[in-house]
Amino acid sequence: MAERIPEPVPAVALSGIRKSYGSVEVLHGVSLAAHEGEVISILGSSGSGKSTLLRCVNMLEVPNDGTVAIQGEEIRIDRRAGRPPRPSDAAQVQRLRSRAAMVFQSFNLWSHLTILENIIEAPVHVQGRDRKDCIAEGEALLERVGIAAKRNFYPAHLSGGQQQRAAIARALAMHPAIMLFDEPTSALDPELVGEVLKVMRDLAAEGRTMLVVTHEMAFARDVSTRTVFLHKGVIEEEGSSADVFARPHSERFRQFLARA
Amino acid sequence: MIDTSFLASSLATLVKGIPLTVQLSMISVSVGAILAFGLALMRVSGNAALDLSARAYIFVYRGTPLLVQIYIIYYGLSQFPALRHSFAWPYLREAYWCAVIALALNTAAYSAEIIRGGILSVNAGQVEAARACGMSQALMFRRIVLPQALRHMLPAYGNEVILMIKSTALASTITLMDVTGIAAKLVSESYRPIEVFTMAGAIYLLLTFIASHGFSLFEHAVTPDRRQPAPHRPAEPPETLQHG
Repeated sequence: MAERIPEPVPAVALSGIRKSYGSVEVLHGVSLAAHEGEVISILGSSGSGKSTLLRCVNMLEVPNDGTVAIQGEEIRIDRRAGRPPRPSDAAQVQRLRSRAAMVFQSFNLWSHLTILENIIEAPVHVQGRDRKDCIAEGEALLERVGIAAKRNFYPAHLSGGQQQRAAIARALAMHPAIMLFDEPTSALDPELVGEVLKVMRDLAAEGRTMLVVTHEMAFARDVSTRTVFLHKGVIEEEGSSADVFARPHSERFRQFLARA
Repeated sequence: MIDTSFLASSLATLVKGIPLTVQLSMISVSVGAILAFGLALMRVSGNAALDLSARAYIFVYRGTPLLVQIYIIYYGLSQFPALRHSFAWPYLREAYWCAVIALALNTAAYSAEIIRGGILSVNAGQVEAARACGMSQALMFRRIVLPQALRHMLPAYGNEVILMIKSTALASTITLMDVTGIAAKLVSESYRPIEVFTMAGAIYLLLTFIASHGFSLFEHAVTPDRRQPAPHRPAEPPETLQHG
């Protein structure tokens, strides 16, 4: 009998994800796995369900059907009839969420905390790590994303690009197994997009596992290892970014590329 | 004619009522704040029974005059023999405690809605970021929601405290010798209402000024994010300044 090489456990595995709002189903059974070191861009026009899909990974949206597993651990979901689905074990979700850090379109830095306080908040209070270590690490992370001088400022005092870089540092501070980016540059002025994309390129280059919902075609084509194109709640096109952009199979994806 | 020397002597008498007015305000506001916090939690709990009972409480206490509430507690409770024989009776027969209870229960109703408003005003993105990094409900509430809610509700809550300071004047109707109680007594002895009540008003003005100023200072202290970083206070701590 031939010995089979065991499949590596994916950082995130989504399988048969369905999500409805009322009677409207926005995801019709989507499956997607991100292995360690992969950078997956999720493209799609607005309303395609791409952000919803990403938000299913950390249960900000709870799928009506299908499974989500983070590093092989499936999130248990209570789907009793007659009420919205919800995670059955809050502690499990909290634990898994801290392994899948999210970066939001509107940054969502905590407005009452300084930049450095934002960064050490979850490591100290969620992960229970030593405050001094977290501060040292937080400062190094801010240095890395180029805003060390802003550490004692409040989010309101920073430009959008700086806020998003701080938010990326906040995500990194949790030592996540995977990073989820939900349109990280869509709320930025065009001249500020570059500084955020540069940080994301650096992260990709060092082998971070990333799931990126984006409208940045150049990022998807040049940086991500795989690209997924979502249309009306189903995956229309999927493959290595080089292939997908050079030889798109789906007519819809071709149209999408032509418009972009 | 206004008699200035009588003005001064009535002020000196009225000042003796300040400790009681301040006490009534502080105790009822503190107790009321604790009750209000509980009521606000019930309102946002998502539990229908808790929400409904808090709503009913707020409906009754906001919808009836404080003076009526004071009368019910002070004059009304003695109709219940069970209460007259209970451990609480030594307190409930005191006008002082009846006033404190009535004021506290009343401000709790208003403050609960202010606190609830503060909690609901916290931006959904702030909550989402907290959930996404794995915070439990309790941790999120303590570290993110409550501090931000406090900032949002301070102006309205400061207003409520000022209303309460003025409302303590109603305690004079159940025999308490607060500033207003002393004033009423002075007027009945002197028949000079202008001097006496003007001075009493001035005392309340001073008390509410102190309270509103205190709230302004507190709000300023907890909202550094609303100001530009102060130029005299370096954003960088000294040890890193030397790097350039």
